[in-house]
Amino acid sequence: MDILIQQLFNGLTIGSVYSLVALGLTLVYGILHIPNFAHGALYMLGAYVTLTMMLLWNVPYWISMAISVLVVGLLGVLMDRLVFHPLRHAPPIHDKIAAIGMLLFLEAFAQLIWGADYRTMETPYGQVIDLFGMTVTMQRVLINIGAVAVMILLYLFLKKTYIGATIIAMAQNREGANLVGINTNRVAMLTFMISGGLAAIAASLSAPINLVFPGMGHLVILKAFVIIILGGMGSVPGAILGGYILGFTESLGATYISNDYKDIIAFLLLVIILSIKPKGLFSREGF
Amino acid sequence: MMSFLKKRGWVFGLILLAIVFPFLSQNDYFLHVLTLSFIWMIAVYGLNLLAGYTGYLSLAHAGFFAVGAYALGLLTVKAGINYWLALVLACLITCAIGFLVGLVALRTKEHFFAIYTLCVGYIIYLVIDKWDSLTGGVRGLIGIPAPANIGPIAFDTDLSQYYLILFFLILTVLVMYRIVHSLSGRTFIAIRNSEELAQTIGISTMKNKLLAFVLSTFFAGLAGALYASFIRFIGPDIGYITIIFDFLTYLLVGGIGTLAGPIVGTFLIVTVSQSLQFLQDYRMLIFGPLLTLLIIFYPRGIAGAFIDWRMKRSLKKSVAMKQKKRYVQPQADSDTEKRIKEG
Repeated sequence: MDILIQQLFNGLTIGSVYSLVALGLTLVYGILHIPNFAHGALYMLGAYVTLTMMLLWNVPYWISMAISVLVVGLLGVLMDRLVFHPLRHAPPIHDKIAAIGMLLFLEAFAQLIWGADYRTMETPYGQVIDLFGMTVTMQRVLINIGAVAVMILLYLFLKKTYIGATIIAMAQNREGANLVGINTNRVAMLTFMISGGLAAIAASLSAPINLVFPGMGHLVILKAFVIIILGGMGSVPGAILGGYILGFTESLGATYISNDYKDIIAFLLLVIILSIKPKGLFSREGF
Repeated sequence: MMSFLKKRGWVFGLILLAIVFPFLSQNDYFLHVLTLSFIWMIAVYGLNLLAGYTGYLSLAHAGFFAVGAYALGLLTVKAGINYWLALVLACLITCAIGFLVGLVALRTKEHFFAIYTLCVGYIIYLVIDKWDSLTGGVRGLIGIPAPANIGPIAFDTDLSQYYLILFFLILTVLVMYRIVHSLSGRTFIAIRNSEELAQTIGISTMKNKLLAFVLSTFFAGLAGALYASFIRFIGPDIGYITIIFDFLTYLLVGGIGTLAGPIVGTFLIVTVSQSLQFLQDYRMLIFGPLLTLLIIFYPRGIAGAFIDWRMKRSLKKSVAMKQKKRYVQPQADSDTEKRIKEG
């Protein structure tokens, strides 16, 4: 029983991180219909920027994270402007390949600057606490609280603000949004900014319990794709729900099935879902 | 025959150059690199048939490459089967797995297909990596034999293997030429241009897509099997996603959906990255942006850009001719137009 609760908590933690990454991915997909393979690289860079801030200039954890959000968000905007914008009217195969090109570049870039070795990130919240009979580190609790807070903020932003409404409008109908006077280019840039920022938050939160290395985005991004297919491409609640489903499945699968094959679980899940429903589990209905 | 020679003369020139190359350069290293690039080319041709001609971007082909390599390795090392039989079996096994995957994967479209195949590729990699008792896990598989003798011809030297793989490459190009210019090839292009339209005019799209998928896994498997017997050692890394990105780079730089593309792209990138050896892990710093820029400005790669340029020139010429002579040349005109439409 103890193990079960512990594993459920672990699943919650992993799920929070996955959800944040998948949220960024699903936002971009909803707006531009691009499966952004380079999103994993943004996640990886988010961790590195935070790490560098903390190590090099001894910037406090939270401020480092804020800087990282800003830097990676701007990188996302740059990506949109330089690559996806010119490809707007290209066949769908092209922006996938362009995204792969950027992924390769950003990975090589990280390896050039920070080296290929695995690094650990120190956290000011390393202490172990007792939570409802479980012994967990403060950082894990923080990941859960942080992720949920960010999700609520994002939800409020999308539903309650004017700018958020323009994003939703554009996701629902690009031409229509254009007709009523929404600057779709600006909304696209904003979406990329948010998407990059979410990746940076997810990476900065989870880096202390994982390792930081150039290839750290690979598995996470693959799983994020699984999640957004699970939750319906472009759906925000779907991404959150899918993230937690995958998190729980994985941590329970690792305990009760096999730790070696825990990564396969996610992909098998996807293969099964797409085999039964080729268009994903839920069809998209604009957030 | 003469006009064919005139038109396709450069093809024979290239083949001749490839045949005499070992005598021009005594450098074993070049020979090794060239042989490797031939193997990549075969795999890239497979990918080209699916992504370039049928319009389905499969990210599982590194996995199929690895399946071919491991099938040959396991059959020869663990089962002790004759090499040539193992080679045939390796291709068939890859096709069989490709058939099963394709059956399900091809029900999905566009982004879903790319993501689905990406996950299939990753599953293949993980299975190879974790299934220790069969594949040797991270340690890999060693002691794969070189191709067995055919009568008096032995394949134990680098030179003989070079010719063997060159032979397979030429065979691949020939087969690919036949496929693309057959009714099936035309059907693939029709599916790429518009699947709905193809369906409307009575093409069984699923059957043809599956055919393209299985054919393309066949070439990936063949390349993998040849790779295994050439390098004599394989590890799970050959199925990792970075390999499919390499294939894509070769294909994109050369020209997706063109017959010359795989050769041009692979040769260029392999030679350039060999001369940039000092960059090793950082070569993607150059190739990543290159790939992206290429997709934006030259979506059909070097070969595609060349074909477009030649077509435009011939169009201009015919227009100029028309103005000069004041009569229409329906034959040449409709021919160019047809080629433009077929892309």
